[in-house]
Amino acid sequence: MKIKPLQIVAHIILIIGVLLMVLPIWISFASSTHENVSILTEGMRFTLGDQFSRNYNEVLNEKGGWSEEVTAAKMFINSFIMALGIATLKVAISAMSAYALVYYRFKLAVPIFWLIFITLLVPLEVRIFPSYKIVSDLGLTNSYTGLILPLVASATATFFFRQFYKTIPDELLESAKLDGANAWSFFIDFLIPLSKTMIAAMFIFMFVYGYSQYLWPLIMTTAEEYWTVVMGMKIIYTESYEGVALPRTAERFAYIILSMIPPVLVVVFLQKWFIKGLIQTEK
Amino acid sequence: MSFLDLKNVTKIYPNGTKAVHETSLSVDEGEFMVFVGPSGCGKSTLLRMVAGLEEITEGDINLDGQLINEVDPSERDVAMVFQNYALYPHMNVYNNLAYGLKNRGIDKETIEQKVNDAAKLLQISDFLQRKPSMLSGGQRQRVAMGRAIVRNPKIFLFDEPLSNLDAKLRIQMRLEIKKLQQKVGVTSIFVTHDQVEAMTLADRLAVINNGIIEQLGTPIEIYNNPESLFVAGFIGSPQMNFLDANLNNKTLSAENFEIKNIDSDYNGEVTLGIRPEHLIESENGLINLKVELVEQLGSDNLVYGQIKNIKDFCYRSPGNQTIKKGNTLSLNIEENKYYIFDKSTGKRVN
Repeated sequence: MKIKPLQIVAHIILIIGVLLMVLPIWISFASSTHENVSILTEGMRFTLGDQFSRNYNEVLNEKGGWSEEVTAAKMFINSFIMALGIATLKVAISAMSAYALVYYRFKLAVPIFWLIFITLLVPLEVRIFPSYKIVSDLGLTNSYTGLILPLVASATATFFFRQFYKTIPDELLESAKLDGANAWSFFIDFLIPLSKTMIAAMFIFMFVYGYSQYLWPLIMTTAEEYWTVVMGMKIIYTESYEGVALPRTAERFAYIILSMIPPVLVVVFLQKWFIKGLIQTEK
Repeated sequence: MSFLDLKNVTKIYPNGTKAVHETSLSVDEGEFMVFVGPSGCGKSTLLRMVAGLEEITEGDINLDGQLINEVDPSERDVAMVFQNYALYPHMNVYNNLAYGLKNRGIDKETIEQKVNDAAKLLQISDFLQRKPSMLSGGQRQRVAMGRAIVRNPKIFLFDEPLSNLDAKLRIQMRLEIKKLQQKVGVTSIFVTHDQVEAMTLADRLAVINNGIIEQLGTPIEIYNNPESLFVAGFIGSPQMNFLDANLNNKTLSAENFEIKNIDSDYNGEVTLGIRPEHLIESENGLINLKVELVEQLGSDNLVYGQIKNIKDFCYRSPGNQTIKKGNTLSLNIEENKYYIFDKSTGKRVN
């Protein structure tokens, strides 16, 4: 097969793109397998070192934090619970609200939709004080509920579900009605299975969104047992700066590498659905 | 009271459009009723009101002795076949058929029995495990009918179910629907804009125009005795020829011919209707047709031509004749096979 010049150019561009994405991760990984001393003296590394098991073992099991109560493993679990809760509830709530907006033809459906939509302009960071006030009044600080609840409404997902439901032909609903389906069974038996690729795609987006939350958990949690991974990145090995010990750069890199694993796993497992959801719909 | 009774049913849409005007109609048990009319005439609206998919603005609908105006569609025990079939895309054929039964809380074995019976009847047993997207148009059509049959409803409603099929398949499915309805014996209402479909399927036919039933009767009654200009023009293919004429003292005078002793006391401007198949060639005929175009169908020829100022006048001649463009044919009307309509109201006057 003859290779066209344009294809070569395209591949070069793609390779550059891949390198830009992968190199920083590789450097982090390579550096995470060296001793702190050598990183400090010789900079970041491109080659693998021999401290892999020591560094990773230390990161996972050493207790960190101000009062040295939390391990990285615990923070991973916290982040996972938070991201899972946020993603699941966001998808469920958005799907249901979109269902109401599209199929219950009440007069205010359109204004309400736009009201939901403009909340995109008011992200959590903007309303963080009122949100904190509410959550703390409810006594939900330092709890998973408190971490998850203020983030479960999603205008983006509502919008996508609404657009998708609008493309479903009316006859399907009418036919289902004549077949004895009620509002709930139409949602469960039709809209959920029809939008499962969409659900997978939304779930991935929302999982990554929940996982990478920084400010909210930082403000919300005072107890170290509720710390999340992204917070930990800033906090966990800070004690090394205060003493005479060396900065623990290698462990930090190991920690960063580990923190990438859960979202990557979610994407890997759901990517088949995710791609389907982006390019096609089963109708 | 008959099986399905519509009494002064009216539909006015929220935007003020009046789709159906005070329509009354009865359908007997086991009868195959066809609603036919041009698009936008209200026939589908009428059907959807029976199904419960449109609210009834005024009037009553009784099904099997029960007033169903306020009954939810799911409770009416009616089944509908939609124009685009509305099969459930994510379910296989088996589940498409079984879904309605499941919702009625029927046990699994009975469902299996019923689905298999319906599948056998419609010859879709081989693809019960397939998804609708893997079926051809005709097979989808069968599945849609299977979904209706399997529930054994009080009434079948068909909303132009054949219009998405190609011409050959349409004729085949038309035949199958008719056979099936006779076999199952369920009361059916079939909506179509195709008058051939309407004529062939119907036990009785309702010709609908502008939200009003123009005429109700058996297909042959309607063909032989159209009560209005609209019905006369709509039923029959090729379309009836219309000529302007005057009726005075039982004598009809058209542009260049006269018919005497007409059985009507009406005087004034009228429209004369003649079906293309009711013309015969004869010497010294009433009408001289200048041939402009001949469509040879094999079994017969459709001859289009001009009579003085009237264009596209159609005459159906036997297929074994050769008629050339430019010839002039002398035609007579078969005895009493003409229709006279009041020009202003469109009502039949002879």
